[in-house]
Amino acid sequence: MMAWWDDFFWTYQNLVYALGINGLLALSIYVVLAVGQLSLGQAAFMGLGAYSSTIMTVKFKLPFLLVLPASCVVPVVFALLIGGPTLRLSGVYLAIATIGLGEVLRAVYLNIDYFGGALGLSGIPERAGVGAIYGLLVVALLVLWLVGRSHIGRAMEAMRTDETAAEVMGINVPRYRLGALLASAVLAGLAGALSAHVSSFIGPNEYGFEPAVTILSYALLGGIGTPIAPVLGAWILTLLPEMLRGLADFRLVFNGLIIVIAVLFLPRGLLAFRLRRS
Amino acid sequence: MSAPVLELAGLTRRYAGLVAVDEVELAVQPGTVHAVIGPNGAGKTTLFNLISGIVVPSEGTIRFLGQDVTAAPPFKRAAAGMGRTFQNIRIFAEMTVLENVLTGLAPGFTGGLLAVVAMLPGLRRAEREARTRALEVLDIVGLADRAHVPAASLPYGDQRRLEIARALASAPRLILLDEPAAGMNPAETVALGALVRRIRDAGTTVLLVEHDMGFVMELSDRVTVLNFGRRIFEGAPDTVKREPTVIEAYLGPKVATRLAGVTT
Repeated sequence: MMAWWDDFFWTYQNLVYALGINGLLALSIYVVLAVGQLSLGQAAFMGLGAYSSTIMTVKFKLPFLLVLPASCVVPVVFALLIGGPTLRLSGVYLAIATIGLGEVLRAVYLNIDYFGGALGLSGIPERAGVGAIYGLLVVALLVLWLVGRSHIGRAMEAMRTDETAAEVMGINVPRYRLGALLASAVLAGLAGALSAHVSSFIGPNEYGFEPAVTILSYALLGGIGTPIAPVLGAWILTLLPEMLRGLADFRLVFNGLIIVIAVLFLPRGLLAFRLRRS
Repeated sequence: MSAPVLELAGLTRRYAGLVAVDEVELAVQPGTVHAVIGPNGAGKTTLFNLISGIVVPSEGTIRFLGQDVTAAPPFKRAAAGMGRTFQNIRIFAEMTVLENVLTGLAPGFTGGLLAVVAMLPGLRRAEREARTRALEVLDIVGLADRAHVPAASLPYGDQRRLEIARALASAPRLILLDEPAAGMNPAETVALGALVRRIRDAGTTVLLVEHDMGFVMELSDRVTVLNFGRRIFEGAPDTVKREPTVIEAYLGPKVATRLAGVTT
């Protein structure tokens, strides 16, 4: 049994890490979509978590037990900064503004030597592992499940269905919006720190527009009825390229096709059921 | 007379090239059913949106229970005791009937993320009490036996009653009903009238917009008439019917003078 796992892990180590990390990113987009906000700053928050944690580890030699929780701080600060001006936006305007954040940060990483420029930062010690990644994923799932079943989840679903009606019912819509954005920043920051500490290298182009859209597609495929749904979406979209190696250059085409089919025929995602609260 | 529940002073809302609500004065007395009527486009729904805080006034003030709430966001007005329904039904379609009513109790829940994750007993008690209250309100509107079905599966008339139940859940001091009888058959309208009276008798002041004149005349203690955003008349229901300016607003000046000729 152990021998089998060792063998498997040796071959698929990166895939095992990616499944857990992308699961966290799926939850990061889930919390904002669950309150009806098309906020696409997850890749940017992930980058902030990755860069800040790498600097703490490589340049300040801090222990990982301190670095991991601290990796949420910078993303949260940025979430608070962009929260004020963008919370009034909705729909596609919010999406554009939050994608803009990722592009601005990419330019910062590229042009400031302290962040390694185009070469990125390398030589990151491998401090995270299966335990940290999947432990956090399970905790995050559990917390979001409890929240979803509570009065907070009810308020979130009301907001996502009809924001005006929700606010007239006495739901503090601005507070929930900001809360969701902060939770999204925490989850993505953790995912960024974990991924940096299993991959030994981070670069400025890993946190731009393309990953932002990939993260969104996790939730599109899986759905947002329950927290497990987007995680399932992330796992399928992470595994798919591995399973489709035979298709070589057509893999991305096939990947895109699956997303298009999901959006057309499964508008509520693969796991369409919603959390029961009764 | 005791202090009004709701007091509007010089309330105005301008849109580009249009004054939807024009210096409206209104005082809603506690324990009454107060109706706002007027031809289509008179500004009734805009007035309701101003009162509930969805639309910000260009000028004027709104006082609710003696407090100036002109700048307060909708959720604060709701928490202060103002409920409303919408002209086009806006229930949360995927939730069950009971969950819809529970959203109306949102201001009563104070526990945050930590309380939820720690599964604090106080929070569970609050949820249990909220459910009891929600079932009570569903009983009042006659939907208790439908509590666990998806809201979208209810017939139209029941969805309207569910919206009223949701707005009533937190026992508001004032409830705004935006065309509650719209699309209802005569029997449903009669039942709705009885429900509105029960709401008033239970201590909630009712402000309603309605086109069904029979419904308004029979139910209201006071009627305000709007036309082109302006208040053109206010009085008891029986005086409204005889008021020339009101007849003119609805039927045009020619009919109004002819009718005046007949009656005098």
